[in-house]
Formats: sequence, C-alpha cells, structure tokens
Amino acid sequence: MGRITLRNVSKRFGDVTVIPPINLEIGDGEFVVFVGPSGCGKSTLLRLIAGLEDVSGGVIEIDGVNATGLPPARRGLAMVFQSYALYPHMSVRRNIAFPLKMAGMDPSEIARKVEAAAAVLNLTGYLDRRPGQLSGGQRQRVAIGRAIVREPKAFLFDEPLSNLDAALRVNMRLEISELHQTLKTTMIYVTHDQVEAMTMADKIVVLNQGRIEQVGSPLDLYRSPANLFVAGFIGSPKMNLIGGPEAARHGAVTMGLRPEHIDLSTSDGTWRGTVGMSEHLGSDTFLRVQVEGLGMITVRTGGDSGLRHGDAVCLTPQPGRVHRFDADGKAMA
Amino acid sequence: MPDMTRKTTSARKATVTALAWTVGFLIFFPVLWTILTSFKTEGEAIAAPPSFLFFDWTVENYLTVNERSDYPRHFWNSVVISVGSTLLGVLIAIPAAWSLAFVPGRRTRDVLMWMLSTKMMPAVGVLVPMYLIFRDTGLLDTKTGLVGVLTLVNLPIIVWMLYTYFKEIPAEILEAARMDGASLRSEITYVLAPMAVPGIASTILLNIILAWNEAFWTLNLAAAKAAPLTAFIASYSSPEGLFYAKLSAASTMAIAPILILGWFSQKQLVRGLTFGAVK
Repeated sequence: MGRITLRNVSKRFGDVTVIPPINLEIGDGEFVVFVGPSGCGKSTLLRLIAGLEDVSGGVIEIDGVNATGLPPARRGLAMVFQSYALYPHMSVRRNIAFPLKMAGMDPSEIARKVEAAAAVLNLTGYLDRRPGQLSGGQRQRVAIGRAIVREPKAFLFDEPLSNLDAALRVNMRLEISELHQTLKTTMIYVTHDQVEAMTMADKIVVLNQGRIEQVGSPLDLYRSPANLFVAGFIGSPKMNLIGGPEAARHGAVTMGLRPEHIDLSTSDGTWRGTVGMSEHLGSDTFLRVQVEGLGMITVRTGGDSGLRHGDAVCLTPQPGRVHRFDADGKAMA
Repeated sequence: MPDMTRKTTSARKATVTALAWTVGFLIFFPVLWTILTSFKTEGEAIAAPPSFLFFDWTVENYLTVNERSDYPRHFWNSVVISVGSTLLGVLIAIPAAWSLAFVPGRRTRDVLMWMLSTKMMPAVGVLVPMYLIFRDTGLLDTKTGLVGVLTLVNLPIIVWMLYTYFKEIPAEILEAARMDGASLRSEITYVLAPMAVPGIASTILLNIILAWNEAFWTLNLAAAKAAPLTAFIASYSSPEGLFYAKLSAASTMAIAPILILGWFSQKQLVRGLTFGAVK
C-alpha cells in the first residue's frame, strides 16, 4: 500500500511562504510527477512528504495514518536524490545493505536481498566497488537499489536524472518506468523537465510558486490546460500564445495554439507570414514564422518542408484546436 | 620572449624558495639553539661570544636531568593529559559540530563566534576562580583535573575545526541515511564520522600538540604528582638560578616526542592548520 494524502499542507521559511496550503491525493501504485520551473516548491513539497522538512501547517497521511510528526525513517518511504547521495566510504554492497542493516535485519537475509536487487539493476559485477569507481548511470542505479531493498510504501525521486547526460537520461527514464511496472509501488517524481513528466507520469502535478496549477494525466494537461501557465509549460515547443484583436475574434483575451495544430501552406490560409529561424530535428521541423499583427508563431511541419528563411507562407489554425483564456489567464469552456 | 619569461619565473621561484628557507630557519633557530645548548657545559652555555658548533659536546646535562627528575612520570602525565583531553574534547565536539553544521539556526554564527571569543580572553583572568574550584573539589594536582581544564580550553578550537570539516560533507548524504532508517547516533557513527576521518584525525593531532605544549594551566594547577613535561622544564628555571644547559636538555627531552609525532603526521597537520581550506 502507498496512498498519500496532503491536507492543507503548507511550508514557511521564516516570513517567506514557500508553499501555501495545498491539498493533494496520491493513489496507491500511482506514478505522480511534480513538475514546475525551478524554485516552484516541488522539491520542498517532496521533502515535506519525506519528513526531511517539517510542515508549517496541515496534515500528511500515509495509508490513512497521520504521518505529519513522524521522522523520515518511520514513514516507510525511500528516496533517490539528485546527487545520488551514496555513502562514498562504503562499497556498493554496503550502500544497498545500509537501510536493511539499520532495520536490524538478519545478515544472511540482507545478503540475499542485496544480491537480488543487484541482479535486477545489473550491478552484480560492481558490488565490491566504491561509488567513486562507478559511472553516473551506475551510481544512479545503486541509489535506486538502496531504495528498492527496503520495499517501501512509496519511492520519492528528487530530479534523479538531471546529473546524467542526455542519452543516459532517456535510458534511465525507461528503466524507472519499467521498475514502476514491475513493482507497482507508488512513485513520486520531481522534475523541471516536462518531457520527463509527460513520458513517465500517470498523473502530473504542475506547480508554480508553491501553488498547484493543475493535476491530471499527461494528455489531460496537454489537451485541456487549466490556465496560461500550464498551457505554456506543458508541450514542446511551447504553445503559441496570441493576444489582441485576433484573440478577441475568438472571444478570448488570450488564445493558445500548439505548433502541431497549425496547417501550413504556400498559397492560402488565415494568416500570412515570413519564415524566420527553423529547427530541423529530422522527423520534424519547427519553423518560426513572423506573422503580421501577431508576432512570432512556431509551427511544426514535416522533416522535409523545403521552406527557407525569408519564404512567404500562410498559416491556418486547425478547427477545434484553439485554446481560449480569460483576463485572469483561466481556460474558458 | 618565452625564454625571458621562463628566466623571470625561475628567478622568482629561487627568491621565494630562499625567502621561505630563511623564514623557516628563523622560526626553527630557537629550537636548534636549545638543542645545541643542551650539549654544552653550563660555562659554554653562557659564554660570550657563544660558540655555534665548535664546543666540547657532552651528554652530561641529560644524565643530570635524568638523575634529578623523574622524566618517565612527567612524560606519562603529558601523554595522559594531552591525549585524554583531546579525545574527551572530540567526543563532546562531534555532536556539537554536527548540530552547528547540519541544523543551523538563526544564532549559529553567534554561537560559533562566542565560542571562539572565549579563546581571546586572557586565561589569567579566570585563574583565581579556577584555582579555588580545583582546591575545593580536590582536583588540584590531579590528572583528572588537568584533563578537564584542557578539554575546556581547547574545546572551542576542536568544535570550530570539526565544524569546518563537517560543512564540506554534503547534507544530502546524511538525509539519505535518515531516509534509510538511521537514528541520529547511527547517522553520526556510520556515515558522518567515517566520512570525516581525515578531518577528525587532523583535529586530534593538532589538539594533542596544543595540549602537550599548554603551560599556563598545567603549571598553575599541578605541581608534583600530575605535573606534565611543562612543569619538568620549568623546574630547571628555579629561584636558585638559571641552568641554561640543563634547562635546554630538559626542554629538548620535553619537545622531542611531539616533534617526532609532528614530523610523521605533517600531511594531516597542514590540513588541520589550514582549517580544511586545502583539500
């Protein structure tokens, strides 16, 4: 079991409110991602759940039991840190065994569990090495191994992939997702990378300045962002946000249109513009089009568009794909 | 041009090296002079002009000193007092430094400054009360008393040094230990202390040396039974007159053990003396 409930949880550091009262329900076995720009309070929220920081108000329940005052060790949660936080003076074996040793488990039982975890994580050949002798990806796996041997109620990941290079990051992303499939344990994962959030999460919690902007499945957030912040944060490249008379014509203060929801033509369309910078990704090309009266609009097109800098193009928003926001930035029905 | 720059750097290097050797020699000279004097006769020791190396070398002073005083007892007292006070100090300082480094509060800096400020006060200012406390509690001239007072005297330095070393250890590792179910004691014993071993070792070494050389309290609070080597030296500077050669022999015997210890632990000591600034 691993159901975590936050009721009016808040955090202040001195006079600064980092997290205003927040309510959140995390179901058993869910993969929940906290995402937001740096400084949005996502790591603090995770540390409150872990018990590494004390809440300033509110209640944290784990499996229906009030855990607000419990020390980290007694919450039954395991955490993987951004810096891996391995014990540099211990071998991989002793690193993974440490939580079991702290729990006073029988040495032969510890040895069996460590071997099993090492086998799952491809670390069997490295058990007698020190963390300093491992690559970044291997260190990350040791940190995960140290977390899984405890069979925790939930795993907490604090930006675990941000120290890895791009290729390794994609691999580890898959490994963590697979781990979730195998263990079916609740996972809370903090990241500033919306691609990680979109690809891994069952449920995304978008945070901004300590507040929850929206909670939902990746596709929910993509299809119907609740406000301008979520609209701009989820999706890559960013949604085009257009104000002024063009938005007014759609009955909104701001209208949003994703780059992939604009049709491109060289002959006719709603808007006329000139191609500026383009980003070629091979499978896709993102064109930056300067549209008169609207400014710069990003458009996704095929890998081989044949368009060059300075070419005149016409753009047409796909019907039914326009997002509309009111003066407060809230999505309109 | 490249030749020119190489020349200037090597010239500069030579100058700096010469300067360093000169300063080093000047600092070491009194010690060297003491050692040389210890091998002279009392007459040669006060001769003017003094002879530097060409005199009749004699070990007479050492024999006399050995006969007149109980060197092994003083030596043993010094060992017990310096090692004892240092270990006790470290045991007290580790939790103190842990809390200062990892759970800092609003007043942490003030606490640290206040601790250091006690070292700025002249010790003689509290001599009378300390003496009276020692007399009334029967601690005068006991090793226990001296261990206690030297622990207190050096505690601020021990806390400061450990604090600086602990600050270098990433807090996330201790948090990981906490998540892994470690109690505060396990966290310090299994994670913090092993990671801080080099720092703790330097701290111990430096404080043994400080305690070994400490003369004010050891001379004032112990006279006979518990008197360490400082008292052994001082006994040769007596009202009956100064015996330079014998005094030098006693000094040499007193500083020799700590010089040897220092020589073998230079690397640790340099790290200790720079307060963790150099890795």
